[in-house]
Amino acid sequence: MTSLSFDIAHALAGALILSSFMMLYQDRLSALINLFAVQAVILSFSVAWQAFIQDAPHLYITAFIAVLFKALVIPLALHRMIVRLGIHREIETVIGIGMTMMAGMGLVALSLSLILDVASQSDPLAREDLAFALAVILLGLLMMVTRRNAVSQVVGFMSLENGLVFAATGAQGMPFVVEISVAFSILIAFIVIGIFLFRIRERFDTVDLRALDHFRGERFSPGDGPSGAALPVLDRSRGAGRGR
Amino acid sequence: MMAYFDPLSVILLMPLVAAVVLAAIPDYRISARVNVGASFLAFAASIGFFVVPRVSGPYFLIDDLNIVFIVLNSFVGFTTSIFSASYIAHEMETGRLTPAFLRFYHAMFQILMFGMTLALSANNIGLMWVAVELATLTTVLMVGMYRTHAAIEAAWKYFILGSVGIALALFGTILVYTAARPVVGEGPQGMVWTVLMAHVAAFDPSIMNIAFVFLLLGYGTKTGLVPLHAWLPDAHAEGPTPISAVLSGLLLNVALYALLRFKMLFAANAHVMAPGPLMAGMGLASVIFAAFMLYPRKDIKRMFAYSSIEHMGIIVFAFGMGGALANFAGLLHMVMHSLTKSAIFFTVGHIAQVKGTQKIAKIRGLTESHPLLGWGLVLGVVAIAGAPPFGIFMSEFLVVSSTFARAPWLAVPLVLGLLIAFGALLLRLHEMAFGEPEGSAAPSQASYIPLFIHLGIVLLAGILIPGAVVAWFQHVATLLG
Repeated sequence: MTSLSFDIAHALAGALILSSFMMLYQDRLSALINLFAVQAVILSFSVAWQAFIQDAPHLYITAFIAVLFKALVIPLALHRMIVRLGIHREIETVIGIGMTMMAGMGLVALSLSLILDVASQSDPLAREDLAFALAVILLGLLMMVTRRNAVSQVVGFMSLENGLVFAATGAQGMPFVVEISVAFSILIAFIVIGIFLFRIRERFDTVDLRALDHFRGERFSPGDGPSGAALPVLDRSRGAGRGR
Repeated sequence: MMAYFDPLSVILLMPLVAAVVLAAIPDYRISARVNVGASFLAFAASIGFFVVPRVSGPYFLIDDLNIVFIVLNSFVGFTTSIFSASYIAHEMETGRLTPAFLRFYHAMFQILMFGMTLALSANNIGLMWVAVELATLTTVLMVGMYRTHAAIEAAWKYFILGSVGIALALFGTILVYTAARPVVGEGPQGMVWTVLMAHVAAFDPSIMNIAFVFLLLGYGTKTGLVPLHAWLPDAHAEGPTPISAVLSGLLLNVALYALLRFKMLFAANAHVMAPGPLMAGMGLASVIFAAFMLYPRKDIKRMFAYSSIEHMGIIVFAFGMGGALANFAGLLHMVMHSLTKSAIFFTVGHIAQVKGTQKIAKIRGLTESHPLLGWGLVLGVVAIAGAPPFGIFMSEFLVVSSTFARAPWLAVPLVLGLLIAFGALLLRLHEMAFGEPEGSAAPSQASYIPLFIHLGIVLLAGILIPGAVVAWFQHVATLLG
């Protein structure tokens, strides 16, 4: 392996983490979705580069899926959806951006020290890919826990999944990479369709998960008959971000 | 080679064919029967595993361990399909489900059975992961089927937590492959469980350590271990009751099976940290947490969902302790819990239907208003609480006594958790089963056969387990290490 191909792989992995950080502090939904599309493009470049240096043509399929599905289809669908939901202007974070960034840095440091410490027999590229991938995964998780909005949680999950695809392609010769990326695409499509369907059926007036928390516990159950139609969440105004 | 009867392809293909057929049948009476028929054929085929030679290929593996899981899986799948037939007949009458949803429901039921069987028979850790994901997705769809707010919230929560769980499990799987690659070589070989098992001693232990943490968190989420259990009570309470029965009785076992396969793998490498203590710790935490959470419950299905967390905790604790006796007890407890908990959900489903509510406070005097259902519930709860002479008493006794012999300081909190849960269950049972009847006294068109078959087996196991079964379980227990 030449040092140039090593450097390019590294640069792409670094860009992936950088885009994760940008998503962490981006507090507008439409910008967040655009950033996710950017991350998906970086991912597909990175996967295509792996396909090239590993001489593994099937990885080009994974790269193609990433660019088509995650950089185009999903972002477009999400953009349409947030406009319809009337939440395209805002996003709310539970803890402040400063704290989130600090936590993110801590997680990156953790994953680097965890994986790089491993006295690995595997080659340095695979090992460092794993470290970067774990960082992206943990940043995605962090985003999921710091956001209260269902759409931004889904974006967090998808960026977590980008880390997984990155890890899978970095492990040389791993079987099922294409199948796994397809399986994940189906999963994500389900999630997105799910939000969208619930909206169409007018069950949610908000996708703010704090409104959902209202139904935790045992106040309503299907056994109570048609009470599900008269739940107070329907009275909540549109848009997210108004907590109790 | 394929000249003889091949049960594996039957139990894998049957549900797929049935799903297509069921999606096309408009009349729910016919489709419910087709569902029962397909589930019965799958069960009958799974019996065939006892007579045909074992399979060990690049994708599938049938050994003494997973035969237990597969036969249990298809048996409870079969009895649940009988219960489901009478359950949905009532749902159709009250108009809570429409025919279109029912076609979807039956097709999903079979796809769920397919996903679980695939996960249980997979010899490839990648294939196993895909199968668990498939099973999760189908149950998510079914949990949200009633379209009430509570149901959609439950499905959403299950979806997000389940997705994070399977994502972590996938990272663990990738790490295992990374550890295997230098030893086994590149390509599909690095994901075949039997190949990994043969070479695991040479794997890099530091990567394996990290992999185990991710796998435990990932599949532990699906098993419902504390603190990753948040999805479980909602998913059980809000979905159709046959799905609650399958979730509790089977899907948790599938995730547990995945954990066990990986535990065997990790235990075979002496330099990797021992998987046992972490599992035992999470199991014990689940038992104690769920025991306390049983008291404030107001919803009957939610209460039994917490009871499932408790029992999965006991099982994971037993497997975490390891050794022949504890493994035997864990295996027995898993079988007993599956049978008893699904039997309880069968009764609870009918009770909620006749009473029109799942609120414990509104269910009173069942033994008077509905003697068969009421006494069915009494027997089921007494069994699940761990009272003699039922099989769960036996397995819990074995778990506790093997723990006392090896780590008495762990046995004390375990026994405490069991007793607290026992008290909570009997307290609520007393309120529901006895006293002045309240609510509707309309007769129930329940099918009691699956309920009493399950309870009969659990009772029999408590009194006398056939020697062949004991020998089989003992053999599997030694396999588990």
